[in-house]
Amino acid sequence: MMMKSEVVIIGGGINGCALAYELSLRDVSVILVEKKYLTYGATGRCGAGIRQQWSTRENVELAMDSVKIFEELQHGNQWDIGLRQGGYLIVIHDEEELGQMKKNVQMQQSLGLDVSLVEKDQIPQIVPSLDPSGMDAMGATFCPSDGHADPFKTTYAYAHAARAQGAQLYTQTEVTDIRSQNGEIQEVKTTRGSIKTGIVINAAGAWSQRIASMLDVAVPNVPFRKEILVTERLQPLFEAMVISFRDGIYFSQMEGGQIVGGIPIPHEQPGYLMEPTFTFLQHMSRTLTRYMPCLKHLNVLRQWTGFYDVTPDALPILGETPGLNRFIQCHGFSGHGFMVAPMIARLLSQLIIEEKSCPILDRLGLHRFKDKDWKVQERSVVG
Amino acid sequence: MTTIMCRCEDLTEEEIVEAINEGYTTLEELKRKLRLGMGPCQGRTCMPLVMRLLAKHTGVPPNEMELPVTHPPVIPVPLGTLASDDDEK
Repeated sequence: MMMKSEVVIIGGGINGCALAYELSLRDVSVILVEKKYLTYGATGRCGAGIRQQWSTRENVELAMDSVKIFEELQHGNQWDIGLRQGGYLIVIHDEEELGQMKKNVQMQQSLGLDVSLVEKDQIPQIVPSLDPSGMDAMGATFCPSDGHADPFKTTYAYAHAARAQGAQLYTQTEVTDIRSQNGEIQEVKTTRGSIKTGIVINAAGAWSQRIASMLDVAVPNVPFRKEILVTERLQPLFEAMVISFRDGIYFSQMEGGQIVGGIPIPHEQPGYLMEPTFTFLQHMSRTLTRYMPCLKHLNVLRQWTGFYDVTPDALPILGETPGLNRFIQCHGFSGHGFMVAPMIARLLSQLIIEEKSCPILDRLGLHRFKDKDWKVQERSVVG
Repeated sequence: MTTIMCRCEDLTEEEIVEAINEGYTTLEELKRKLRLGMGPCQGRTCMPLVMRLLAKHTGVPPNEMELPVTHPPVIPVPLGTLASDDDEK
């Protein structure tokens, strides 16, 4: 069967579904294909934190704009996306981190973000039960409008609205090939049939390089296994997400009372490994109970893994592809794709519909790796 | 009358049927939509019940259904036990 659509989106995560929504809202015909089910990849496995405290202007701007959209979806559109803004507390351990954080906070404040440095003895006022000495803190930064949304509810809300606007979302459908001719996209072949189209969006997360290779396009992403755990529920204890760049830990309490958090295991190699490890479980439990000793009696229910889709500069790859018209890249989020997805979807929709780019898309194109123009690295990556 | 199917997450038969009718027709999807089987029992109690319910509504027999992935630890374990540092000494 030959199907036809103006745009084909590959990948049913938050980015693909948000794009399906934004494009169909503007009357563009969309088919989204997902090889498993919606949220199968990083979206359904992530901590779903929403953070605006970054070290690069690009990420701060993207995250701030996205927070406005998350707020609009929850409160304006009345979608139940489980948005909770309890802030992010970033632990500072030493003078070097303090120096970097002072610079970050100054830059973030200059962009209009409500963020501040916190003294060591003020930390328990923001997150009770944290042990500043146990976690070896000399201070922290805190941004009260950071937070968390439910990754399933958010993705399903976007998908549901996209379908209502006429978008077709096909799950259990795998892309087997993409055809182009004279630098123009012609057709996407899937296990459900072929789709005639002129525009393809590669939003396949950790599998994006496989999609790109179907058109002989090289992307520099590598998948890294990341692990995470969830505990049983307990009474509301704290609202903020707590993270540390030195220890790599992040954890927060969900609306339902569970603690969810992760930490990298030492010497992790890139690749498509999905097995959970006991090393993680032990390392996470030790670090978490050092940060918050009262959690030691809490039961761990489940640990699982997902992939960070990591680029050399830890910034996403977005927009047009050099040498191939209308092959739109939307991947390489390096562990923070959920929180910026709402704004990315708007920027890419503008690019697709009005052929209108913007400074952020210009800076984050695939061309930067060919030009070796990617010196500024995002330093504030966690997990 | 209300029938509870997932005791850990307080899910009723009606809620599960509603999700099936909305198009969440596999166990993995129902799990993500409803938190089915995500509580302390990790699906041991509810999964067979829901498989029968799903079979009734989709026509797919339970023995042909893909089961949700099983995650460690097999039973709930306290963080303090996992953090014990005996093997580090």
